[in-house]
Amino acid sequence: AVGPKGIFRVIERSEQWSVGELEPEDFGAIRELSMNPIGDRIISAFFSPGKETVDFASFVRILAHFHPTETSRSRDGVQPEPANSRTRKLKFAFQLYDQDRDGKISREELLQVLRTMLEMQVTEEQLQSIAERAIQEADLDQDDAISFDEFRKVRGVDLIRDQIDNWEY
Amino acid sequence: MEDFWGLAVQLLHVWMFVVFFLIMLPAMFGLSLGVTGVYIQVLVHILEWATLRIQRGRQQQPSVPVPLPNGIIEHAGGSMEEEMGRLRSGSLAEGKFCLSDVFYFYKKGVESIVDDQVTQRFSSEELNSWNLLTRTNQNFRYISLRLTVIWGLGVFVRYSVLFPLRITLATIGLSWLVIGTILVGFLPESSVKNWLSELVHLTCYRICARGLSATIVYHNRENKPQKGGICVANHTTPIDVVILSNDGCYAMVGQIHGGLMGVLQRSMVRACPHVWFERSEMKDRHAVASRLRAHVAAKTKLPILIFPEGTCVNNTSVMMFKKGSFEIGGTIYPVTIKYDARFGDAFWNSSKYNMVSYLLRMMTSWAIVVNVWYLPPMTRQDGEDAAQFANRVKSAIAHQGGLLDLAWDGGLKRGKVKDSFKEEQQKQYSSIITVGNII
Repeated sequence: AVGPKGIFRVIERSEQWSVGELEPEDFGAIRELSMNPIGDRIISAFFSPGKETVDFASFVRILAHFHPTETSRSRDGVQPEPANSRTRKLKFAFQLYDQDRDGKISREELLQVLRTMLEMQVTEEQLQSIAERAIQEADLDQDDAISFDEFRKVRGVDLIRDQIDNWEY
Repeated sequence: MEDFWGLAVQLLHVWMFVVFFLIMLPAMFGLSLGVTGVYIQVLVHILEWATLRIQRGRQQQPSVPVPLPNGIIEHAGGSMEEEMGRLRSGSLAEGKFCLSDVFYFYKKGVESIVDDQVTQRFSSEELNSWNLLTRTNQNFRYISLRLTVIWGLGVFVRYSVLFPLRITLATIGLSWLVIGTILVGFLPESSVKNWLSELVHLTCYRICARGLSATIVYHNRENKPQKGGICVANHTTPIDVVILSNDGCYAMVGQIHGGLMGVLQRSMVRACPHVWFERSEMKDRHAVASRLRAHVAAKTKLPILIFPEGTCVNNTSVMMFKKGSFEIGGTIYPVTIKYDARFGDAFWNSSKYNMVSYLLRMMTSWAIVVNVWYLPPMTRQDGEDAAQFANRVKSAIAHQGGLLDLAWDGGLKRGKVKDSFKEEQQKQYSSIITVGNII
């Protein structure tokens, strides 16, 4: 878990990359990330739309999404959703698809992700048919796009919801 | 005032006496008085006691996190197929794309931001338990008074007793090396010259090793590199050269530097044929290869010492071997060097410390304890290309030392990843979702 030692390590690593604010290029220092097909999207998730740098506090706040989910609730009852709740984690994944942040995954956005995950391994027609089938299965209100609620209900995503609790960093 | 000077001179005499008779003379003959051995035994006992105390302290303070052996993430492990299978929980049809597949890449991506396999190797290894040196102190909480007192004593002993001794030895060792090799260089080529040059090199390296309180154990000495061969080893620090040269003479390969190093290099090459390159020559791989080939072909010359990783790695793993050294031909003698991290961290993090501060840190550690294994010689087999041969040798070295065998290139310390790696990932994923050729 990212306890005090983890934060120390994160500080050390971001010092390795640059001083002060992080830029997208700095993440290039992580080799395994450069090799990840959706690496660029994960990197851009750390930056607010329109901004080109992220300061350390925001960087850590976003990483905090990935702390293991607390399963116990306090006795207060109504509480604001903690940053590392499952929903936040799912939302992060949703935004990997929904780059323009309009709350829906359009056909084009889905195609883009498929393209980065598969690139030259499949033809354009194959990509189109994969995307077509995925949307048909997920799109419950027939508006030709996948909203966050539809995303959560997709078979596969709902199964992941339970596993997300145990993702440990 | 004069009494003071008289006293100082007397102390100096005693000091030089101790250094000469108790350390240098034995070094020349390859003997040891066993003092270092006793010192190491005592140290081991103290460190074990300290470990127990810290463990007891940890039980009482459960907030102190326990270090994981390979970074700070607990991995479930497995290939892309296995992990995706787990994420899909086996209930989805094989060979179909699912919106949830992105979670695999997303999880891996974020994990690598927090801690990845390559960057880890370029910082010092983390110890399971603190070894009473402030520099390895990652998680120190105050545990007990006794521990702190021992630590304080340790600081005192290391800095005021051991450090001056080591500096003296190192200075003597290096200056004798320069003077000795220059003198031997005046002799004409003959077997006497070779014998003398070996003696000078060995003696001075042994003195330097004492200057670091190095305890070296050589295993399987029957496999020691022979003349006309190439010795290949994993690289952790420039001190590797001293460690290996304590047991035999090697022809070194490298760039000519300026300054003190340059003086050393130029004088050494008079006495015995090392292979030094100008900076411009290093870029020309063919020139380098042909010089090395010529050296190896003359079977009477000393074995060449090469570190195929090309850079210093932190001694927990072996990174990709550059195939250039394996194209030269001749017999390869692999050697594994493993440092015991409890006594001092030998890894040279060149981005953090320069050479001088690194050496100072070395001289103020407890000691350097090394295990050197000579592996049986290997030659390139038919049908094997240089890269495959290099990997074979690398695996043998990693296996012997209990190091992780990584396929990553040490040059990544400074450079970027090739696109072919990303393609690999894409290929793997596409084969998962196109099972049975139906999409």
